Amino acid sequence: MLTVEGLRSRYGRIEVLHGIDLQVNTGEIVTVVGANGAGKTTLLRCLSGTQPASDGRITFRGESITAVPAHRRLKRGLAQSPEGRQIFTNLSVEENLRLGAFLFKDERVDQDMAEAFAMFPILKEKRNLAAGGLSGGQQQMLAIARALMGRPSCLLLDEPSMGLAPLLVAQIFEVVTDLRGRGVTVLLVEQNAFGALKIADRGYVMETGRISMSGAAAELIADPRIREAYLGL
Amino acid sequence: MDALLQFIFSGMTVGAVYALVALGFTIIYNASDVVNFAQGEFVMLGGMITVFTYMAGVPLPLAAVLAIVATAAVGVALNKLAIEPARGAPVVSLIIITIGASILIRGAAQLIFDKQLHRFPAFSGDAPLRVMGATILPQSLWVIGGAILVFVGLWLFFTRTLTGKAVLATANNRVAAQLVGINTNWVMTLSFGLSAAIGAFAGVLVTPITLVSYDIGVGLALKGFAGAMLGGMGNPKGALVGGLLLGLLEAMTAGYLSSQYKDAVAFIVILAVLFVMPHGLFGSKSVERV
Repeated sequence: MLTVEGLRSRYGRIEVLHGIDLQVNTGEIVTVVGANGAGKTTLLRCLSGTQPASDGRITFRGESITAVPAHRRLKRGLAQSPEGRQIFTNLSVEENLRLGAFLFKDERVDQDMAEAFAMFPILKEKRNLAAGGLSGGQQQMLAIARALMGRPSCLLLDEPSMGLAPLLVAQIFEVVTDLRGRGVTVLLVEQNAFGALKIADRGYVMETGRISMSGAAAELIADPRIREAYLGL
Repeated sequence: MDALLQFIFSGMTVGAVYALVALGFTIIYNASDVVNFAQGEFVMLGGMITVFTYMAGVPLPLAAVLAIVATAAVGVALNKLAIEPARGAPVVSLIIITIGASILIRGAAQLIFDKQLHRFPAFSGDAPLRVMGATILPQSLWVIGGAILVFVGLWLFFTRTLTGKAVLATANNRVAAQLVGINTNWVMTLSFGLSAAIGAFAGVLVTPITLVSYDIGVGLALKGFAGAMLGGMGNPKGALVGGLLLGLLEAMTAGYLSSQYKDAVAFIVILAVLFVMPHGLFGSKSVERV
């Protein structure tokens, strides 16, 4: 579904991604784990088009999207729930969700919104409130729900557990697992390596702009180097 | 009593012009947080282009439409040539670019047109209407009606249409707007075109009353900006009420005190209001949790 080959990216003169190769197959949950500053967020921003790639190739559903501008990638089925939530703070919860389906004007929009409210009942309760007044966990739910309103075939999730209480983290990961059942392929970037690897099919470990290890999620969890470096075991 | 009503009429007329300028500010501000100080120049262009196409023999309604379309094109060009290339610059730099653009447009208008005062005939004649002992020009009703029409249109646009919400979303978070599929460059182009068209519309309505020359834009931009700040920047309701209030304040001061003081009193009241309500009368206090 999503193939990345030799991806490089830079902020000014400083290169932060030094040639990333990565593959996500249809129906998988793939996770990219790594420490703060490893380049995980930059990688996702390159995939969604909000950060330019300086070299390499991104192929999505058989077509190169490397040069496709960010606002056209969702139309092809690639959605991102960005780091730090990035919701529209001064618009209402409902308006945020409606804008998530900006590309669509059919009846399925209402249906999708009902589904989003079923997935996160608290959002339904607060549908008319300004999104900026939601708690961190609720904002994260809104960011995910908004991305799903765009009817993606592949969802890029950036640090959905960041700054959340453990109970909420478990709830968010549960939702991510459910997405696979709905036929949405997920690329999940996480600092919470243990939680992410537990729900993922495969994983990549990123270190200072390179992929240092990859494999089945179960194998990575069992790997002594990973256990020591990322899982604190 | 007659005098009071007379002052209210003239205040509403001037206020409606300020409101139209303020409404023009609202759109670009909502899309980009930029206060476009070339907004007054759009009013001037609307009046001047109508005058000169009318003098060339084009019927007045057609001349007005041509002026609005041409001014909208100038607005789009301002965005494409000056604002878009500076993307990523701080808002203050963009505001300074609009000040530069206003000087450029004023200079160009002086060369292309001339330095004289111009007018064209009022839409419904110049005979004043008598209302309870006071008089009002039919053209004043056109101006006030125009301001209300634009206000209602914008209000519906921002609250009822997905495109309007896309404009608000772009201002609130440009990256997130792109992620939901909004072409943010297109939103900016739309905003500048629409703002310029509204400014030109104001110029067309007001020229038969106040006349037009190449340099009327500066004063109008300042007053419109003051009206928008008074009402609360970014809110169409605030722009309408703020503009009308400012016009009424000026008319009352000119009538009961002296026209020498009308600007001073208006600005003192605005300062006092902003001191108590920094977001203006209808401004939203932004609530944000992180």
